[in-house]
Amino acid sequence: MRRSAARWAVGAAVAALVATGCGGGDGGRATDGSGVLSASWTDPQNPLEPANTNEVQGGKVLDMIFRGLKKYDPRTAAAENVLADSIETTDQRTFRIRLKDGWTFGNGEKVTSASFIDAWNYAALVTNKQINASFFRYVEGYDKVHPESGKPAAQKLSGLTRQDDLNFTVELNQKFSTWPDTLGYAAFMPLPRVFFTDHAAWLRKPVGNGPYRVESYTKGQGMQLRAWDGYKGGDAAVNGGVDLKVYTDNNTAYTDLQAGNLDLVDDVPAAQLKNVRADLDGRYLNTPAGIIQTLAFPLYDKAWSGEDSEKLRQGISMAINRKQITRKIFQNTRIPARDWTSPVLGAEGGFDDTLCGRVCEYDPARARQLVKEGGGLPGGTMRITYNADSGSHRDWVDAVCNSINNALGKDDACVGDPVGTFADFRNQIVGRQMKNPFRAGWQMDYPLIQNFLQPLYYTGASSNDAHFSDPRFDRLIDRANAESDRAKAVDTFKEAERILPQQVPAIALWYQNGSAGWSQRLSGVALNPFSVPVFNQIKVG
Amino acid sequence: MGRYVIRRLLQMIPVFAGTTVLIFVMVYALGDPVQARCGDRACDPATAAQIRHDLYLDHPLWQQYLRYMGQIFRGDFGVAWNGRPVTELLASALPVTLRLTVLAILFEIVIGITLGVLTGLRRGRPADTATLLGTLLVISVPTFVTGYVLQYLLGVKWNLIAPSVSSEARFDELIVPALVLALTSLAYVTRLSRTSVVENIRADYVRTAVAKGLPRRRVITRHLLRNSLIPVVTFIGTDIGALMGGAIVTERIFNIHGVGYQLYQGILRLDSATVVGFVTILVIVFLLANLLVDLLYAVLDPRIRYA
Amino acid sequence: MPEPRNHPDEAVEPAGGTGAAMGLGQDEARSLERAPGPGRAPAVPADRPGADRPHSLWSDAWRDLRRNPVFVIAALVILFLVVISVWPRLIAPGNPLSCNLDNSQQGSAPGHPFGFDTQGCDVYTRVVHGARASVTVGVCATVGAALLGALLGGLAGYHGSWADAVLSRVSDIFFGIPIVLGGLVFLSVVTSTTVWPVVGFIVLLGWPQIGRIARGSVITAKQNDYVQAARALGAGNTRVLLRHIAPNAVAPVIVVATIALGTYISLEATLSYLGVGLKPPTVSWGIDISQASTQIRNAPHMLLWPAGALSVTVLAFIMLGDAVRDALDPKLR
Repeated sequence: MRRSAARWAVGAAVAALVATGCGGGDGGRATDGSGVLSASWTDPQNPLEPANTNEVQGGKVLDMIFRGLKKYDPRTAAAENVLADSIETTDQRTFRIRLKDGWTFGNGEKVTSASFIDAWNYAALVTNKQINASFFRYVEGYDKVHPESGKPAAQKLSGLTRQDDLNFTVELNQKFSTWPDTLGYAAFMPLPRVFFTDHAAWLRKPVGNGPYRVESYTKGQGMQLRAWDGYKGGDAAVNGGVDLKVYTDNNTAYTDLQAGNLDLVDDVPAAQLKNVRADLDGRYLNTPAGIIQTLAFPLYDKAWSGEDSEKLRQGISMAINRKQITRKIFQNTRIPARDWTSPVLGAEGGFDDTLCGRVCEYDPARARQLVKEGGGLPGGTMRITYNADSGSHRDWVDAVCNSINNALGKDDACVGDPVGTFADFRNQIVGRQMKNPFRAGWQMDYPLIQNFLQPLYYTGASSNDAHFSDPRFDRLIDRANAESDRAKAVDTFKEAERILPQQVPAIALWYQNGSAGWSQRLSGVALNPFSVPVFNQIKVG
Repeated sequence: MGRYVIRRLLQMIPVFAGTTVLIFVMVYALGDPVQARCGDRACDPATAAQIRHDLYLDHPLWQQYLRYMGQIFRGDFGVAWNGRPVTELLASALPVTLRLTVLAILFEIVIGITLGVLTGLRRGRPADTATLLGTLLVISVPTFVTGYVLQYLLGVKWNLIAPSVSSEARFDELIVPALVLALTSLAYVTRLSRTSVVENIRADYVRTAVAKGLPRRRVITRHLLRNSLIPVVTFIGTDIGALMGGAIVTERIFNIHGVGYQLYQGILRLDSATVVGFVTILVIVFLLANLLVDLLYAVLDPRIRYA
Repeated sequence: MPEPRNHPDEAVEPAGGTGAAMGLGQDEARSLERAPGPGRAPAVPADRPGADRPHSLWSDAWRDLRRNPVFVIAALVILFLVVISVWPRLIAPGNPLSCNLDNSQQGSAPGHPFGFDTQGCDVYTRVVHGARASVTVGVCATVGAALLGALLGGLAGYHGSWADAVLSRVSDIFFGIPIVLGGLVFLSVVTSTTVWPVVGFIVLLGWPQIGRIARGSVITAKQNDYVQAARALGAGNTRVLLRHIAPNAVAPVIVVATIALGTYISLEATLSYLGVGLKPPTVSWGIDISQASTQIRNAPHMLLWPAGALSVTVLAFIMLGDAVRDALDPKLR
């Protein structure tokens, strides 16, 4: 009797499972050109304001609903005019911008020079707490609207001047020849009046001028975007829309894709990389993205910046077997670094796979010698500090340490040093409390070699976490920025970059690729250089 | 009885105060939450200072706490790290988690106690050994693995369920997640009820009941089980915390935006509003659950009275 | 009257009499309802001769245990675990930290019976060397949490009234502290690379659960007629607790503790995953299990061996716990 009771319980559970399966299935799907695809998403960290979004998930949406003066070609990363008719300068400081006529926002409002000027003034004003405010630091008057401390002395950037509805000028506070190429970044997008007049409503349902419009947005669950009929640009959506679905874990999204409940994931979990080709029958993409991972040294700590310490840092760099680690740990979704930029820049843009030279090659004997000449590891051991709460860094940190240990012939020369939260990790970096090399990385804002060098290694720059300072490097960067000829500017930037293998403020580890997997319904899937899917080109059905 | 319950409910006040202070101080000890909002690059100091000022973080801890408590008494639980009001997060996460927890507890009661009684009555027989092996498996294989394997087999291979739970999180979608969530606790409940049955089966009143010629089934349900349940009920009472607040792994695997997930996010982002809000609600749930457990003692064993 | 407390718990509505004798009488009546006539005898007589033969119950238990094969086997397994924890090189002379990434996730090879993990370390060597940290964490945390829990929970259950209120509400607050938060706050400040901070933290989080179980058992056990009788006969609190209540209340505590042992070993891995557990280069089963679990599709052998070792350990302690419980159960005599 009891046994039968147990059997009944099992039977009931199975029956319930079957019932769920039947109830959970999807309804019919459109197969014509207006099909809607579903894609994995994570809730953006900050409100979806263009100047308040600096991570991929929010950027994904902004890329769909906004178009700015420029846009980066999804394939070549070249900056092309979109709303800009022309951007001209003679002195590399004052830029005259002319807009194309006929562009409107989703609510019918015309995109004018005021749409840009108001948006940029909003972004730069310190009291609006936009985390990308510093993108406007080169514009004249930034120090007034965004003082280091205290109340702003002005509400508007004095460098922005409206001529008429289609013309405005921007005056910078220093020479910056490639400045127009930065204008494809989200922070420079125009905003409609409703953003300022009814901010809360705009946040609930953002209105932009891109190929998609937001149909509905439920925070924590997802966002429905539909192709916008009124879109004037050349890159209108070839599908009916995109349903972004929030996932707590990329592995779940991947499983949903396998089960046919999701069409697109743009973040294949590391543990599935070995199976992804077989699982998805080849519907998988692994392409370079503008991301480089490095190991930065706390150069403010005497232990890492004393005499001959550059030899120590070079030695550690040469003790890391990048090829083996990218193959075994990352299944070739990362490429051993050979400079401090990214392959997406292309040779013309300043990428140079010979720049790092021997310093980025695995050479245990030379590594041992250099570490010895550099005075040995401080205290005989080193740790690699990383944050444990995101991004599964542990595997590669352990592999890097093992590689260093094997090269130096000491089992405990290097161990990983996890920090519990990203917040704590960042606080330690910003507070200059690091005592060991730590994980660093850079995802480009715009595809310029300047973006890989200046923010990271210029004295006092915002992301110079190593606190590297080299007058020669700074001079070269300044010179490159003032250079009017593009090729010459790139060459000068590269000349500055050549200081990095000599000084090694950060060890270049590898370039990170973007990856995506998709369902049988989709075709034409591609990732742009920011590792974001080019949604408007995806065909459904 | 009534006065006892009232007294227990009144004890919530010091517990509420103690919990909020403790959690507030703990989150504060984690450090400054502002820097992490800017991602991998340093916030510019002026913006960071502005955010800190708006979050009241530029005041001493005790002022922050008093301000927060003042807000709570006005029904305002503050704003979470992602700009959503904590009350809104609670409203969306609590119902899902409650459904998940109720199902998990049902599994614990039905499967756990059934297995416990079965194995207790048949000590050393194959069924007992098999259950013991299952117990070992459940303890030593991480929830992540059982959850993922079940999700993969049922969701992808056999296509019986949807691998992820939809945002409505209906009861039927939560069956497999609840089972996964309940597994470790099942091991406890099974072993506890088995041991209790083994102990009580030789008790005088059971022998007497058998001797009186009562039907076996009646002896088991009315006499044996009832007296064996106190440790089991106690355990389930203590388990509610783990089920509600600690379902982080299960919730992640099945894409459930429940209390565990929100709480985990809040902690990682050093967001005191979210953490204090959720933990306070959880503690109130434990208080009620434990009160219920204590009242159940008296039902299960009439010799116990506060009762 | 040596025991003025008639309803040791928070009796607010005495269901009947007010004196000890009345309380006893009522319990009698209730018990009689269910178990009339003979059969209740063994408990009380077992108690009375106890006065002449000190420690009879505990020494009887020990005599029983030595003759119980289940106990002997479990004890041998545990002895083996202790030996390899102290001298892992006896059976695994290799170095658990010497790893070659070229062997990443490969299956068994000559000299490497269990294969290699993601980092290319020998799984066999790591399983043997991981015993020290894992067994230490598991056993010490369990013993700590069980002793603290049993003591505080037992006191709360036996004393009732304010002691129960304070201890129970304190444990409510403890239940409320999320492990992640507690771990980040208490363990991230610790720089020690030993297992002790982790053990201490697990005890801190673990005692309330065992305490609740102990409290429930004591509340039940103290209602028993022989306990009431012993008190009525003037036995002291300590004596009643140790001699009469503990043996009858200990079973659920043992059961929960033996299973908790396994979950504590896994909990250590959760803490390591959060970056606040055992610090590298410490080797432990928990760390290896958690590392292996994401690779379950690629290299199941990475999970099999450390999880197997954990299973054997838990099994040994469950068997030990069962044997001890049986030995302490007077009804089985």
